[in-house]
Amino acid sequence: MDEDFVLMKGNEALAEAAIRSGADGYFGYPITPQSEVMEYLTAAKPWEHTGMVVLQAESEVAAINMLYGGAGAGKRVMTSSSSPGISLMQEGISYIAGAELPVVIVNVVRGGPGLGTIQPSQSDYFQATKGGGHGDYHLLVLAPASVQEMADFMPLAFDLAFKYRNPVMVLSDGAIGQMMEKVKFQPQRPRMTDDELPGWATTGKKPDRERNIITSLDLDPYRQERFNQKLVEKYRKMKEEEVRYEMFQCEDAEYVFVAYGTSSRICQKSVQLARERGIKAGLFRPISLFPFPENEIEALTSHVKGMLSVEMSAGQMVEDVRLSVHGKIPVEHYGRMGGVIPTPEEIVDVLIQKFIGG
Amino acid sequence: MADINLMDIIKEKNVVYKKTKVLTDKVMHYCPGCGHSTTHRIIAEVIEEMGIQDKTIGIAPVGCSVFMYDYIDVDTQEAAHGRAPALATAIKRLLPDRYVFTYQGDGDLAAIGTAETIHACNRGENITMIFINNGIYGMTGGQMAPTSIEGMRTSTTPYGRDAHLMGHPIKMTELVAQLPGTYYVTRQAVHTPNLVRKTKKAIRKAFEYQALNRGVSFVEVVSNCNSGWKMSPVQAVKWLDENMLPFYPLGDIKVPEK
Repeated sequence: MDEDFVLMKGNEALAEAAIRSGADGYFGYPITPQSEVMEYLTAAKPWEHTGMVVLQAESEVAAINMLYGGAGAGKRVMTSSSSPGISLMQEGISYIAGAELPVVIVNVVRGGPGLGTIQPSQSDYFQATKGGGHGDYHLLVLAPASVQEMADFMPLAFDLAFKYRNPVMVLSDGAIGQMMEKVKFQPQRPRMTDDELPGWATTGKKPDRERNIITSLDLDPYRQERFNQKLVEKYRKMKEEEVRYEMFQCEDAEYVFVAYGTSSRICQKSVQLARERGIKAGLFRPISLFPFPENEIEALTSHVKGMLSVEMSAGQMVEDVRLSVHGKIPVEHYGRMGGVIPTPEEIVDVLIQKFIGG
Repeated sequence: MADINLMDIIKEKNVVYKKTKVLTDKVMHYCPGCGHSTTHRIIAEVIEEMGIQDKTIGIAPVGCSVFMYDYIDVDTQEAAHGRAPALATAIKRLLPDRYVFTYQGDGDLAAIGTAETIHACNRGENITMIFINNGIYGMTGGQMAPTSIEGMRTSTTPYGRDAHLMGHPIKMTELVAQLPGTYYVTRQAVHTPNLVRKTKKAIRKAFEYQALNRGVSFVEVVSNCNSGWKMSPVQAVKWLDENMLPFYPLGDIKVPEK
């Protein structure tokens, strides 16, 4: 095997990849199952080689507002947390979306609601893709399905955050965060120099420009509406340019599992098991959850008889799958909750029960 | 008496005082007599006199001074209610050679943002914190603040603040002075010319100390809110003197060791 590969936990891989992305700052608060991120960073001491700042905040509320400040200063900043902590951050995320700041937020999802469990879940899909906090906004949401993608999505997330001046969420879960797999890292990217900081950032008003103001406030409803329309246009552009997905044996499939993250890994096996039983199954895996690959899913209705949305939730993404197919084919949901992970076999059984009978 | 031509007097050589260039020309929305305007002006003058306009980043709060960025001509970020010290923490750590200051009212700094205040002070962030204490929520129409003194009538304590029912007023400045991360902690006021001069000296020091990298410089300004207090500006100043200052005595609380 290529000796550049190392064996690592998803959370650690994401931390190492963050350093290599040329991140300027990480601000976070410990919570299971993602505490390894900050533990890795504080052990790696990136401030000694890349100059990256790592700070344990007093709360998730403080951490997300540190992101606001750091991103407002034009820097590449990020945080990671898990479901209850992400809920605490929602106010700040709304302000960040409203001030159009580029930040990266990693959610290593656990079961809920409330304190819930510390085991993997996908029950934060609505919160991640539909806004989450108050006001009309969206995050750009990427869902990794492997330790390798935990690493690969970090530089991608920073690039997309800056391209759109919009918060990007990496929506992972406790399984991907905790499991160990081989991973290969991209080379170290340099941090931005002072001259490379964006022109809108608050870096100190130079005599040759007006002062820069980072705010989400406008008391004039008509100006605010124009700003809302600008955001709508930004999300429309994301739908045009940033849809990401993978298909697995969909070409001849009569039934397609739609699943992201950990569920998509399990469904790969379900496809194989179903085909061994003579059922032409395939897998559609959304990678970008917002923008959602609605056109690509709709295109499958030309030959697919039914879709099963498999999520570790009570059924959240299934709503977007149903909207995508415009009622042309039936869409069912199967989910385990509370931190329980479904087996490939039970998923096939559900497919047979819901669509084929017998 | 001979006719005086005004244009003969309004000349550069006769100038004894003028508005600092670090204040914009926008007319302030603050009520006549409000301490925000004076404190804004002091901050702007200090920034001009220190020559740090191109290195200064301000953080505005939620409350009447939410529009600080309309008046002080420096790069500014507008924070969510109470979170200014968290923003300032990141900005200063990521741009350590800049001057970073927060400007917060009592509800912002001493109620909803207490955790951010305490922990930024305790970490010894190398920033300047300006704390306007007028004992009331001005922007939302005069509700009780964490610093409203006992007996004070507000729209949510219409019979006066009863400590047994609503808790005690909090002395945030004394509190942060206990923390090892604060370097300079002082309480000032701006309702008389002499106090304005003293406050300016204090704010100047609070900015200069950032160059030493020794921790938080914290300046409380006990101020008035004649609209929120339902008083005329003159009544408000008198009430401040007679009621606020006995509970919030002016002066340095923590000064750097020589």
